[in-house]
Amino acid sequence: MRRFRAAAAGAVTVSLLTAVTACGGGSSTGGGSDDSPKTLTYWASNQGASIEVDKKVLQPELDKFEKRTGIKVKLEVVPWSDLLNRILTATTAGQGPDVLNIGNTWSASLQATGALLPWDAKNLVAIGGRDRFVDSALGSTGAEGKDPAAVPLYSMAYALYYNKKMFAEAGIAKPPATWAELVADGKKLSKGGKWGLGTEGSNPSENIHHAFVFAKQYGADFFAADGKPDFTGEGAVAGVKQYVDLMATNKVIAPGNAEYAQNQSVSDFAKGKTAMLLWQSASANLTSQGMSEDDYGIAPVPVQSGTPGTGAQVNSMVAGINLAVFKNTDNLDGARKFVKFMTGDEEQKVLNTAYSSIPPVKAAQADASFNTAANAVLKDTLAQSAAALPQVADESQFETAVGTAIKGLFADAAAGRPVTTDSVEAALEKAQQQMPAA
Amino acid sequence: MTTTVERAGPKERSGAPRTPRARRPGRIRRVGLPYLLLLPALLLELLVHLVPMVIGAVMSFKELTQFYIRDWGSAPWSGLDNYRVSVDFDAPVGEALLHSFLVTVGFTLLSVGLCWLIGTAAAICMQDTFRGRGLLRALFLVPYALPVYAAVITWVFMFQHDNGLVNHVLHDQLHLTDKPSFWLIGDNSFWALLTVSVWKGWPFAFLIVMAGLQNIPGELYEAAALDGAGVWQRIRRITLPSLRPVNQVLLLVLFLWTFNDFNTPYVLFGRTAPEAADLVSVHIYQASFVTWNFGTGSAMSVLLLLFLLVVTGVYLALTSRGRRPADA
Repeated sequence: MRRFRAAAAGAVTVSLLTAVTACGGGSSTGGGSDDSPKTLTYWASNQGASIEVDKKVLQPELDKFEKRTGIKVKLEVVPWSDLLNRILTATTAGQGPDVLNIGNTWSASLQATGALLPWDAKNLVAIGGRDRFVDSALGSTGAEGKDPAAVPLYSMAYALYYNKKMFAEAGIAKPPATWAELVADGKKLSKGGKWGLGTEGSNPSENIHHAFVFAKQYGADFFAADGKPDFTGEGAVAGVKQYVDLMATNKVIAPGNAEYAQNQSVSDFAKGKTAMLLWQSASANLTSQGMSEDDYGIAPVPVQSGTPGTGAQVNSMVAGINLAVFKNTDNLDGARKFVKFMTGDEEQKVLNTAYSSIPPVKAAQADASFNTAANAVLKDTLAQSAAALPQVADESQFETAVGTAIKGLFADAAAGRPVTTDSVEAALEKAQQQMPAA
Repeated sequence: MTTTVERAGPKERSGAPRTPRARRPGRIRRVGLPYLLLLPALLLELLVHLVPMVIGAVMSFKELTQFYIRDWGSAPWSGLDNYRVSVDFDAPVGEALLHSFLVTVGFTLLSVGLCWLIGTAAAICMQDTFRGRGLLRALFLVPYALPVYAAVITWVFMFQHDNGLVNHVLHDQLHLTDKPSFWLIGDNSFWALLTVSVWKGWPFAFLIVMAGLQNIPGELYEAAALDGAGVWQRIRRITLPSLRPVNQVLLLVLFLWTFNDFNTPYVLFGRTAPEAADLVSVHIYQASFVTWNFGTGSAMSVLLLLFLLVVTGVYLALTSRGRRPADA
């Protein structure tokens, strides 16, 4: 009896200690295996108007996949506010999903962690080859010269959405093509509690997307050619200032937008509180908020010259979602099959239609259903005047640091404090100093 | 090791007399049983509290950046570099940490003070029985009982610039401000945070002080009333001195909770708190995730831990020194 008790105590101790070591994090091997070929876990980003919408869109497709391959896919839709942190945590713990969506701008940062399966020649062949994808989308899948960390799934671009009725009432015949026109139109539209333009001042990612394009239009980049951060260059400062000035000086954005971070600006536009919105692939979202497609028009985002193109005429980032495989998945073969399925012509049409995005797969993009006027603007932008955000390891840190700095500048503008070249430069300088010393 | 094995050889053990052996384990058993029973708790304590703390401390000496988070073991040791960065107050990272620390100290002092003041005042008002006392007590405890997220997100809605209740009352109805104020961004965010923190924290002070009041004998008040002491005098000379031991613990607990509070600012402001309300817990989180350098984040956490240990130690030393002569 006594011996039994001692043995029991010993067993408890041993099992607790095992638990301690098991919790000790970080699998050091993690090469991936085919140990559980019948299931996959999939983290999808929130593409629809809500997580429920995403589940409704994706579940039938996952069922289709299960029918064909016998592999059951467990779906979790992760909100944008959590996605990057969840991926980081999964990377640190060595336990994550098998397949996941990542914002394409994070590709190089996540590639640097080594957590994602590199799409080398052999893996790419398994999903039909590199040539199936559009070049601009492939340009946002990881650092140059390395195997892609992910493959493109949905492509998006920024466009100017405008309320036709409000434009007509203000006597504006066509959407603005230059920023000067946008400001002039915005001033005509901003009256009686309504405003010209909406933005998400407290959302670092939105801020960074706009700041990147504005800086491009001044011929500037936030990273030097050697990959070092260069946030305080003349062009970058001028670009950020012009963006914030839409609220601070031009007063075509309502001050309240400075605290928006939950897509309130999309709701404002759908409700007719603002006349213009700079957004990526907003159609499905606007429809779900009750705005008819006849009520708004879609035009290219303004550029300084009026004609979008390359170089200083860039008017959008290459926005999009990539599909990645966690390197230490225990269903490597199944994960590849799933990526092949999701990037197949048929699924690309279904999913990109549901999310009003553009398929990054050439064959699917050529389909007639993507030839509507709305999609033409997005397609042209992606093909001709969109630029990829810097594909450097520090990209996601840049998004947070600079995006937060701009949030602060919007707060200043909203409170009526002056936003000057000096204050913009100081904010960007501070952001740059937070970056990891490379 | 070898000698032990030789001495306790199987032959010798089997040949040993039985009686004294049996008695010794018996005593060990009697003395050891409590320890054995405590063992699971002790191990779990190690598991839940100490192991993560030690791992955190170890991490603070490593260069744990995005290149190594997948395999912590391979991260290079960085000595005291993470600490050097954190306390270099001339450089932006240290400067921001110092700023955040000072904001947190100011915020904590105000919040704890107000929580204590309101809680004590309410408890004293509730001391005498009157109709509806039970209902009021229950009502007062609601903020404390609500789930933090639900409570704070409601405040977020109320503090909104365009449609929030706060601006509606202050600006639209009372006309106290020229134009609607921003509460969730900019300088006012400090006051928004303080409001929510006090709203959430004072019921705890109320609860504890109320419990403390139950222990003050009614005769003391009667005697004081006979001697002609007014309400203020009774509070000053009887209530507060009697509550001293309760208050000592209460203030310490409130201080630690408020100083470390992560949920309130995080739900209120999201991942990036405005500078005026940049509490140190969110700041550390933000610092770790902005740079993906968990080594620096850990170093800041260890510094925070040391600071709280020192404060707690000094506080306990001071308050217990004050108590001893009183007890004697």
